[in-house]
Amino acid sequence: MSTVSSTIPEAKPNYLTSDFSIKSWLLTTDHKRIGILYLISISLMFLLGGILAGLIRLELLTPTGDVFQPENYNKIFTMHGVVMIFFFLIPSIPATLGNFLIPLMIGARDLAFPRINLLSWYIYLVGGVLTLSAMALGGVDTGWTFYTPYSSTYSNTYVMLTALGVFVSGFSSILTGLNFIVTIHRMRAPGLTWFRLPLFVWGHYATSLIMILGTPVVAVTILLVALERGLRIGFFDPALGGDPVLFQHLFWFYSHPAVYIMILPGMGVQSELIAAMSRKKVFGYEVVAISSVAIAVIGFLVWGHHMFVSSQSWYAGLVFSFLSFLVAVPSAIKVFNWTATLYRGSNAFLTPMLYAYGFIGLFTIGGLTGLFLSAMGLDVHMHDTYFVVAHFHYVMVGGAIMAFLGGLHFWWPKMTGRMYYEPLARLSAVLIFVGFNLTFFPQFILGYLGMPRRYHAYPEEFQVLNVLSTAGATVLAIGYLFPATYLLYSLFKGEKAPANPWNAKGLEWEQAPSPPPTFNFDHTPEVHEPAYAYAPEKEKEVVHS
Amino acid sequence: MGSIPFLPPSASSVSGEVDAFYFFMVAVTAFFSLLVFGLVVFMAVKYRRKSDQDQPRAILGSVPLEIVWTAIPFLIGMVMFGWSAKIFFTIMTPPEDAIEMYATGKQWMWKIQHRNGKREINELHVPVGQAIKLKMTSEDVIHSFFVPAFRTKMDVLPGRYTTTWFRPTKVGKYHLFCTEYCGTKHSGMIGWVYVMQPEDYQKWLQGDSGEGTLAQRGEKLFNELGCANCHRTDGKGRGPSLVGVAGEMVELERGAKVLADEEYLRESILNPQAKLVAGYQGIMPVFQGLVSEDQLLQLIEYLKSIGKTQKAPAAKPAAPASRTAATAATVQGKGL
Ligand code: HEC
Ligand SMILES: [Cu+2]
Ligand SMILES: [Cu+2]
Repeated sequence: MSTVSSTIPEAKPNYLTSDFSIKSWLLTTDHKRIGILYLISISLMFLLGGILAGLIRLELLTPTGDVFQPENYNKIFTMHGVVMIFFFLIPSIPATLGNFLIPLMIGARDLAFPRINLLSWYIYLVGGVLTLSAMALGGVDTGWTFYTPYSSTYSNTYVMLTALGVFVSGFSSILTGLNFIVTIHRMRAPGLTWFRLPLFVWGHYATSLIMILGTPVVAVTILLVALERGLRIGFFDPALGGDPVLFQHLFWFYSHPAVYIMILPGMGVQSELIAAMSRKKVFGYEVVAISSVAIAVIGFLVWGHHMFVSSQSWYAGLVFSFLSFLVAVPSAIKVFNWTATLYRGSNAFLTPMLYAYGFIGLFTIGGLTGLFLSAMGLDVHMHDTYFVVAHFHYVMVGGAIMAFLGGLHFWWPKMTGRMYYEPLARLSAVLIFVGFNLTFFPQFILGYLGMPRRYHAYPEEFQVLNVLSTAGATVLAIGYLFPATYLLYSLFKGEKAPANPWNAKGLEWEQAPSPPPTFNFDHTPEVHEPAYAYAPEKEKEVVHS
Repeated sequence: MGSIPFLPPSASSVSGEVDAFYFFMVAVTAFFSLLVFGLVVFMAVKYRRKSDQDQPRAILGSVPLEIVWTAIPFLIGMVMFGWSAKIFFTIMTPPEDAIEMYATGKQWMWKIQHRNGKREINELHVPVGQAIKLKMTSEDVIHSFFVPAFRTKMDVLPGRYTTTWFRPTKVGKYHLFCTEYCGTKHSGMIGWVYVMQPEDYQKWLQGDSGEGTLAQRGEKLFNELGCANCHRTDGKGRGPSLVGVAGEMVELERGAKVLADEEYLRESILNPQAKLVAGYQGIMPVFQGLVSEDQLLQLIEYLKSIGKTQKAPAAKPAAPASRTAATAATVQGKGL
């Protein structure tokens, strides 16, 4: 091709344009490309899990089980849980935004182990394919909790294949966690001390601790179920000399901390959004940072709050209840600090901020209703009812997904080099918020009324609230379809994004173009100021109440 | 369809306090939620961005504020913790005067046995005002016994006994749900609890109770299964006499001692080799898989009827004030 001298000189290639071949994507070790690969995979999983959720709400529109056979309904809610938790929520923020942003935020060229990073994506894929093939072959009906001896002895569905998929995908989160920890310890830019790190990085550090300490336990637990199911070695089934409650201890030892794997990165995103959108340093920065680690640590000691009526010792229950109230404190502290950050800020009504406001609202409700369930005497009544379902959806969907969407919008220009259409984005943020509340708020009431979870059919007096919930789910689904369309559209037609469209602080905005080149920075950045140094140094003041 | 209810019927001695605690929780959490929402909305509007050039001053933080909003949630949390723990112990500790009944969970039904031998499926009839203690087990997977109107729930496990109790306070018909997911027809594992006037209950109880009391049925089984061949009442059989064993301390080989409660009796029948009685050989056949959970309960009920526990509905210290009576009281008081 002949070059024409009059053409504008091509901009330097970025990580997206450096090589267009499929091979360059599938063998990439660039953390940003791996983040994108993850983003595509988890979005598909979210779509699948969302469709399954829609089917659940469809069945529950009427009291009788008239849409699906009971065995199919059970498979639907099981697959909804498995897909959403293990294949969407756990990898969601860390593997996409975390992967993409941590090196950029700390001024590194890549993660510490780029090839292991790619490996973790392939492991995730293998796990996903195994689990999805179990679904295609006929599904699994144990609930995502796999309680024994139902899962180990009684269920005639594809328990082993599903569990194998979960087992395998666990290694991808172990590797991701390991990679983050090493990267954050070893690869920070000169001058970037721990207390200058963005809170997003703190959140991911705490998350990574849980990933590498907790995930092996669930892997071992799944292995034990497999041994019992396959070889009839008794661990959990009393008929084989096992103890069914032991399974619950092992399972929740991982799965309670796992809810923090899902929410801590979201809290990290939240801090970034609030700071950038209010142009202020997060109030009580150190406290917010340390509280992430506190949550990760105490979070390992509260698993028994899922087992108050399981025949667990009352005194163990007492300790678990106490610690559950304790772990709520750092979360409350975070909420207060985010709120205080807004004080005298320059709070923009932009889409990322709308998600951040939504996050505060929904996470506050999710967190506070957790107290109802930590309270032993009340949990006896509420355990395994729709109250629990509502509570954890407020935390997981209202918290984690709102943060994920907020973060996705916020860093979209950085990741893709394009701006999305703002009015539509705002509208969809509002739709999602309204739809979400309409879906899940009625479930709190249903729970106190006593409607058990995982019921295919229910007594008639519960119908009105279920109809409301299904109506909300419809609005929510429409809300989710919006970003799926306008974000994709922006890839082709969106306005070109400048390096720093929000005028935000942070190395990823100030030192790297949008989208960044393969190795992020031309030369290693040096850091001379704290995180979120929006206001000039001399104007800083400390308020005292 | 109809209007939206907000509370389930309140029909047990604990439901009032659970509701009171619930209202307390709703009030406290609603207050804090509204406080936070109010502040967020207020500041979102008041301090909204007015121009792209806005650069607010930094406010780094405040130690006193951090202390306040750490201490307040913690202290409030401790109040919630203390009160709810107290309620929990009330819900879990059966009172002395509770009468016993048995429930067996099975995919996908509830089987109830009354001590006089009356049996029912997916229904439970109880007299109003009387504390009822349910001893529960499962024949297969884990189930959970939940009566929303009583605000009580307890998991029902295979291979062991769990206990729940309640004192119904209002005559009526209430939902019974299984709340631990247990397979295909989990949502069909439901039934009704009928709370009746004591006279009606007595009448109901007397009607067609089948083949005698639970203990009588247990005795029949005891003979049919050949237990009586080894366990002779005169103590001259190949196994120990079982008269006066239930509720007593049993000496095992190598000098260990164990209380002969339901759990122990159950294990001694299903898997005798697990704990051998001092001075005896492990010759008793294994009955695991040969007797159903219902039959086991009958056998145990029989053993209790010839045991030291001498179960009157209330283990009143009016019985001979021996070491045994004291043991019996602890057995009853603690539950299993
Ligand atoms: C072949 C004789 C034999 C038969 C049949 C037999 N047992 Fe036994 N059983 C024994 C012996 C011997 C012991 C003491 C050793 C031990 O603990 O296993 C014993 C122990 C027990 C104990 C524990 C007694 C204690 O003092 O702690 C109980 C309870 C019991 N048997 C119940 C039963 C029941 C119920 C049956 C029928 C379903 C039954 N046994 C059938 C021989 C027998
Ligand atoms: Cu938990
Ligand atoms: Cu059940």
